Amino acid sequence: MKAIRLAATVLIVVIAMASVLGSLLPVFDYARQDRERINAGVSAAHWLGTDDLGRDRLSRLLHGTQVSLLLAPAAAALSMLLALVIGAASGLIGGFAERSSKLIIDLFLSIPWLFLLLIVRAMLPLNTSPALSAVVTFLMLGALGWAAPARILQARASRLRHAPFILLARAAGISRCRLVFHHVLPNLRPVLLAQFWISVPVFILAEANLSLLGLGVAEPLPSLGSLLRELESALSLGSDVCRFAALMVLILVVSSLQIAVPQQEAC
Amino acid sequence: MERSERGAGDVWKSVLRRVVLAAMTVLAGGLISATLVRYAPGFGSDERQLDARLSSASLAAIRDANASERRILPYYAGYIARALHGDLGISRSLNRPIQQILAERLSITSLLAVKALLVAWLAALSLVFAAGVLRLPALSLSSSIGSGVLLCIPAGALALLSVLLNAPGYLALAVVLFPKLNRYLSNLTAATVSMPHVLAARAKGLSETQILVWHVIPVIKGEVLALAGVSVGLAISAAIPVEALCGIPGIGQLAWQSALARDLPLLINLSMLVIAGVTLANSGADLLSADRGQAA
Amino acid sequence: MRRVFFGTCLFLVAFLAAASCSDELRFYLRSEPKTFNPALVADDSSETVRYLTGGVLLRLNRQSQNLQPELAQAWTVSRDGRTITFTLRKNVRFSDGTPFSALDVKYTMEQLMDPALHSPTGDAFRSSSGRMIVTVLGPDKVAITFPAPVAGLAALFDQVAIVSSQSARHEMASLGPFYIAEHKPGSYVYLRRNPNYWKHDVSGRQLPYLDSIKLEIQSNRDIEFLRFTRNEIHLINSMDADYFDRLALSAPAKVRDAGPSLDSEQMWFNQVPTAPIPAYKREWFRSRSFRLAISSGISRDDLCKVVFKGHATPARGPVSPANKFWFNARLQPVPLDTKRALQLLEQDGFRLSSGKLYDRAGHPVEFSIVTNAGNRAREAMATMIQQDLRAAGITVNVVTLDFPSLIQRISKSFDYEAALLGLVNDELDPNAQMNVWLSSSEEHQWNPQQSAPATPWEAEIDQLMRAQASSMQDATRKKYYDRVQKIVADEAPFIYLVNKNALTGITPTVQGARPVPLRPQTFWNIEYLKLADERAGSGN
Repeated sequence: MKAIRLAATVLIVVIAMASVLGSLLPVFDYARQDRERINAGVSAAHWLGTDDLGRDRLSRLLHGTQVSLLLAPAAAALSMLLALVIGAASGLIGGFAERSSKLIIDLFLSIPWLFLLLIVRAMLPLNTSPALSAVVTFLMLGALGWAAPARILQARASRLRHAPFILLARAAGISRCRLVFHHVLPNLRPVLLAQFWISVPVFILAEANLSLLGLGVAEPLPSLGSLLRELESALSLGSDVCRFAALMVLILVVSSLQIAVPQQEAC
Repeated sequence: MERSERGAGDVWKSVLRRVVLAAMTVLAGGLISATLVRYAPGFGSDERQLDARLSSASLAAIRDANASERRILPYYAGYIARALHGDLGISRSLNRPIQQILAERLSITSLLAVKALLVAWLAALSLVFAAGVLRLPALSLSSSIGSGVLLCIPAGALALLSVLLNAPGYLALAVVLFPKLNRYLSNLTAATVSMPHVLAARAKGLSETQILVWHVIPVIKGEVLALAGVSVGLAISAAIPVEALCGIPGIGQLAWQSALARDLPLLINLSMLVIAGVTLANSGADLLSADRGQAA
Repeated sequence: MRRVFFGTCLFLVAFLAAASCSDELRFYLRSEPKTFNPALVADDSSETVRYLTGGVLLRLNRQSQNLQPELAQAWTVSRDGRTITFTLRKNVRFSDGTPFSALDVKYTMEQLMDPALHSPTGDAFRSSSGRMIVTVLGPDKVAITFPAPVAGLAALFDQVAIVSSQSARHEMASLGPFYIAEHKPGSYVYLRRNPNYWKHDVSGRQLPYLDSIKLEIQSNRDIEFLRFTRNEIHLINSMDADYFDRLALSAPAKVRDAGPSLDSEQMWFNQVPTAPIPAYKREWFRSRSFRLAISSGISRDDLCKVVFKGHATPARGPVSPANKFWFNARLQPVPLDTKRALQLLEQDGFRLSSGKLYDRAGHPVEFSIVTNAGNRAREAMATMIQQDLRAAGITVNVVTLDFPSLIQRISKSFDYEAALLGLVNDELDPNAQMNVWLSSSEEHQWNPQQSAPATPWEAEIDQLMRAQASSMQDATRKKYYDRVQKIVADEAPFIYLVNKNALTGITPTVQGARPVPLRPQTFWNIEYLKLADERAGSGN
């Protein structure tokens, strides 16, 4: 198992390095349109072929992976932090804080945030750069994605509140800081990790869907999500395998992330 | 211990308090949703505004069609007053009574969500239990990778696949829910199986099934029930893209269409319905978890 | 007992076989029809239902583009262009058996022109204020008089589905080839053949040939394509070029390119004086040289080749070559000429410095193009324009917006710089475009509702459009409208990009289909469509 874990870690590092280094090389231009070679197959000039506008798929994949792998985990971390602050803290405190945060979470889970995103888009200037638009989009995803894990964290924290070892630790006069970092957080780890692992691909895909609202990574900048949108077309069925490269990369990243980080050591 | 001494009156009081709180949540949620819709760009826009045939009088009439909805507080108060008399209003985009529209579609989505939740929960639970009982690293590894693959497939591609394979819509929804449930459940059980009391039980020679049923599940039941409550909310929100993409005429598709049409009367009703559903599911999970606590 | 069982089974098999062989045509509506009231039709889906169920006095033949008699055997338009008199067909009945007469025409027109109804079809007849008068001259003769001349009057009746004044089923009683038998909201509209339909084929057989039509509601075009490839639906009215090409390779018998359609793709700059955009940008957008330079900086040929896979032609002006009579053939498409673009820009004081373009005051030239999200072709066009204009040192930001947000920006807040949209054109007559060209109109997209024309050329367009509307001579009208097209090409308030071809899908089991560029492309001759045995055609 350890070998597999090591391999997974190496794989993530390789993908991250390749995307970062590849994006630095001018040869991988993600925006250049070779209009004489649209939807071309693998060739010496285009190792993964070209897309609908004749752009090099490999260049787009390298840049897209970089954009998404930088921003999606950051957004996932933000949502985890919010879930921790709102869900776990209120669960630990209990009483009114817990009851009211439950209400807030219920509300948060069911309000049509689509309209908030539309309002955000309306507030952004139209000439916002694609990179800034990407950052804002992932920030919004992170800020809105905390409610479901918060509910579960709250349940766990609420149980911890009454757990004998916490009571014992409290009775022993352990400082609040030590209690949280040494006893509570490790116990919340499985939920947090699950949330992180789910959020990364979900946010990557959600970013592409937000392009419907004018948010997301704008053209010509690619993202893994926007590359995956190609697969939502019936034309992908039975087409060139290069179309699936972005999906392969995402699956590799997500699976490796899951394998590389162990859960058992908690508690 | 405290709880077990409470009488039936206390339980009823607690239920009543929850109901009142839930009603307040629904009302507040409705108002927040209505305000968001009202102030989102495109409110009051209508595709017909680009119809070159229309005279300026007709264009003015289209623009004024939702004049009453612009002052959101009085409109919302009026809506609540009418809703208490059983009148949910008329959808602007579909031009039909909302009650009728909801009646046609509610059963479709409820059935879809229930089936999808059942399938997803069954699949996730059985995989997690199998991995726990059999303690096969290969099984948990493949379940990790499998749910990873499912998480990475865009909803549109999933809809196409379901059409291609002639799979029913609830399976597409279940496929969206399964990896999330599976991940939470397997993380929770994985963290529990290495706890001291489980190790002690294993040392005593208890079978893996016994360990799972007696020592693992009771520890994580609170989280599992919370997940159950949350999963209803997840199912409802996932039903929107699945229904919209697969062409299933349920509440999810309606929500998407009414959002695009900025149909405020319909959106208020839908939001309140969703909030009621989510609150009900989460409160139910809470109550169950409290009852179990009482029983323990 | 066993015999009864087998008998029942046989009956069931026979019934199912009969059901599957019955002539039921299936295709998709891309949205829920918003209304079944023919007077209120504004969306595509409702229009499809109206076309299939509505009986009209005159029909524009979608192939010849000439008017042909339907419920009216003959018609005359008075010299002053205000009155049209119809002689109606006798012994015609609605689908529910109610007889058809001149009273129904009167009832329909009065409903249609009710100012409180705000009917788009009715508004097309409104050339000035004042009342329309319908005079019933007999059971089969009716005259309709408008307060002012209406140019192209007769053709407008193509959209007027006659509603029964007597039937208890109101607008659901149909005079067209089909009637609405069932509607399951969100799922489908089921049409059955009108048993009282008046039309017969040359052999005397009552039309339509088909028994029923199932219009399923499906907005997902990929699913539509998938089901079409599996022969689960028979028609696709308009197909994206990618899908068309894919099918052309795998099942060439199922696709037909009907040639250039009436629709055009165009972009324009925001010239509204009060728009919340920087003053120097407004100055660019109001400059003719700037607009012409942008027009020259775009490769229309590449748009046709890459986005539409060759199934489009570079647009020349407001009217598509598909509009046989009104198209101004003297106009030429603008070729890609970055050099000319830069020369035009230099005339206005713009200068190119290390690959970036700056205006006279030193502002870098950067603007955004808004377009509607979810339209893959339009998104691709915007990205190509972005690339093309980069060669002239111009930075373009592509912003995709959902439709309501887009409408708000282009017609209410005017908070946009350039827009890329398609103009869906259903009508051939320039009068239908009156509101687009008049500077006082709300639909005058680049600068709507002007109290007085902002430029001399807009004043001239106003004058020409009014002149063509008041003339009853088609040749004179054509002369005026040709001039309008020329001015628009010279001033480029709209930069016309491409005219898409009408790409259609028709399974070979559908017989008698002759797709045309005009809507409804595949089923305009619905009465004459037949279905061959599906099992025979399922091999495709």
